[in-house]
Amino acid sequence: MNNLLVADSVSKSFGEFRALNSVSISVPKGSIFGLLGPNGAGKTTLIRIINQITMPDSGKVTLDGEPLRPEHIQNIGYLPEERGLYKSMKVGEQALYLAQLKGLDKKVARERLKYWFDKLEIGDWWNKKIQELSKGQAQKIQFVVTVLHQPKLLIFDEPFSGFDPINANLIKDEILQLRDEGATVIFSTHRMESVEELCDHIALIHKSNKVLDGKLTDIKRQYKTNTFEVGLQTNAVDEVTKAIKGKFEVFPATFKNLNDDVKLNVKLNANDSSNDLLSFLTSKAEVHHFVEVVPSANDIFIQTVKNN
Amino acid sequence: MNHLPLIIKREYLTKVKNKSFIIMTFVSPLIMVALIAVVAYLSQVNNDKQRTISVLDETGLLTDVFKNTDNTTYNILKGSNLEDAKLTVREKEEYGLLHIASTNDIANVLPAVKFYSEESPSISIISSLERKIEKKLSDTKLQMVGGVDLEKIEASRANISIDQETFSGEKTSKVDSYMKLAFGGFAGYLLFMFIIIYGNMIMRSIIEEKTSRIIEVIISSVKPIQLMMGKIIGTSLAGITQFVIWMIVGGALVTILSMVFGISMTEMQTPQQDLINEAMKNPEVANEMQLAFQSFLNLPMTNLIVAFLFFFIGGYLLYSSLYAAVGAAVDNETDTQQFMMPIIMPLILAVYVGIFTVIEDPHGTVSTVFSFIPFTSPVVMLMRIPFGVPLWQQAVSFLILVGTFMFTVWFAAKIYRVGILMYGKKPSYKELYKWIKY
Repeated sequence: MNNLLVADSVSKSFGEFRALNSVSISVPKGSIFGLLGPNGAGKTTLIRIINQITMPDSGKVTLDGEPLRPEHIQNIGYLPEERGLYKSMKVGEQALYLAQLKGLDKKVARERLKYWFDKLEIGDWWNKKIQELSKGQAQKIQFVVTVLHQPKLLIFDEPFSGFDPINANLIKDEILQLRDEGATVIFSTHRMESVEELCDHIALIHKSNKVLDGKLTDIKRQYKTNTFEVGLQTNAVDEVTKAIKGKFEVFPATFKNLNDDVKLNVKLNANDSSNDLLSFLTSKAEVHHFVEVVPSANDIFIQTVKNN
Repeated sequence: MNHLPLIIKREYLTKVKNKSFIIMTFVSPLIMVALIAVVAYLSQVNNDKQRTISVLDETGLLTDVFKNTDNTTYNILKGSNLEDAKLTVREKEEYGLLHIASTNDIANVLPAVKFYSEESPSISIISSLERKIEKKLSDTKLQMVGGVDLEKIEASRANISIDQETFSGEKTSKVDSYMKLAFGGFAGYLLFMFIIIYGNMIMRSIIEEKTSRIIEVIISSVKPIQLMMGKIIGTSLAGITQFVIWMIVGGALVTILSMVFGISMTEMQTPQQDLINEAMKNPEVANEMQLAFQSFLNLPMTNLIVAFLFFFIGGYLLYSSLYAAVGAAVDNETDTQQFMMPIIMPLILAVYVGIFTVIEDPHGTVSTVFSFIPFTSPVVMLMRIPFGVPLWQQAVSFLILVGTFMFTVWFAAKIYRVGILMYGKKPSYKELYKWIKY
């Protein structure tokens, strides 16, 4: 059993509106799974179904091979996008309350809270009220509360919103550490650079349908255009450029290089290997820069959404 | 996993520890008692005013009727004419002048009595004077008929109070009825107030959860219906706490106040102190007071208390689940107006039906029907019960109430479940209907 969470043809309608249309995803154990999609695609609905906040009309969801049951709530930590805390309640009391709702014993919760508060250096907030904290500070509490019961599955919806870069980094490291300690993470965001940084797997939902999923590297391979950034040093710029253009399809390049005698994006001809291109180039000029153009998550996102 | 006790505890503690709640709890009785004290003080000041009333009795028949009291001095004028008397009274700034015109025929004395004063005199003074004159005149007239022994007449006077008894042997009386009415009215009104105050509190606390965006965090740990019930029960407990404290603090304050200032509670309704004092001297009235106390003891206490608990809880839960649904449906308090109307209307209707028809006929068609309709039954039934409602009626009404309560909780939970996750637009009734079907 390599998948911690499997959603099988999950559908959900709200009245006339179909929020999810037979969506299936498999989240491998110990991975960080990016759940992507434009606004209103149905991500939140899917996440809410996983959290048993709403029930699917059809399809089933299994956690660790078992169909979802109310007890599974203890195994899931959920940081919703629309999140907040009781404003007039004290930090410590509130964290204890929320931990107890997740089934933690009060004593255990207190110990773990102390650990986390020390770790994030927020120990002296225990008796403060949430309304006395800044938004970023409140988010830290929220993060601690989400992970406190050591769930197998963590679901973060836009976890970095409201954080400054330093704290965002801190939280990112914590997420990675939790993953290394065995947790599985579902990560929903619109920030493609953090998808790039964190996610092993992604699924893209668009207009209630899943349009793409798999390992990020596989998807990138699938979306690659066999194009290479090429930077050459030569005295005969025009001549070399002409020669390349004569043999390959060429696009303007934007990469940064010390040397800009010749700067091109070159697409491989069908059946050619990168070595064929490289040997052709070395025969013409001195190669300073030779890198495959890898599609970014951002490119893939935009391309997929536009094509659908 | 049952988190209900945990949620109830939090809701209760948050409410009770809230600053404005604490202030409300302890300051309200202070304000109330202070208000009562001020009113009592003022009326006492008013009452303490010394007044002198001059009496010009040209017939000479009535002079011995007017005896000075603590507050009123009667100044019997003799041998002056009306115009002079008026002038003197005015100059001396006395309260007024009672003029009894001279007449040969005692039968004409009555219309010839007149009271002159600077301002319109108080009703209690006038009626007190009237009673004095009436008594004296009728006695005089009786004597004039001749051969009448006043003492015998006094002795033969019969005081009738029709004793009432139901066929099943339950004794009632008019005083009983008043007592029952007071009791039922109090219970019904208490429920009404409780629903409005604490229903609103539940609604606000749900709206707060929505606006602080904590709802989704909570809802991923507990079932919405658990959260809703936890809120309702927790808030109610806080409400009961507040009520009990009000009773205790209020009671204590009144006791202290009356000890310090010597204001006894009975004196608080004193604008007509004289009347009451007089009435108290009358053995019949004293008897009635005793009757009232007796009828208080005669009330079906066990039935009342049990029914009060059942209907109070049932009615309160019924309405508060609706309040919860409204809170879940909207984003802020200003949007609640539209949905409050249908909740408040039956409540107000219940109170009016209770006040107007139950007094008239506690077992009439209107009262009976309304004491079965679940939205009005708690209030109306509570008002009816002191008059003796057959147990089967109470049971049926209560079962209907419980059934409806289950339905409204189901209904409210549906709206709640969807509503708490909806932000932004205020929903229409049509949308609410759609939510139920989700």
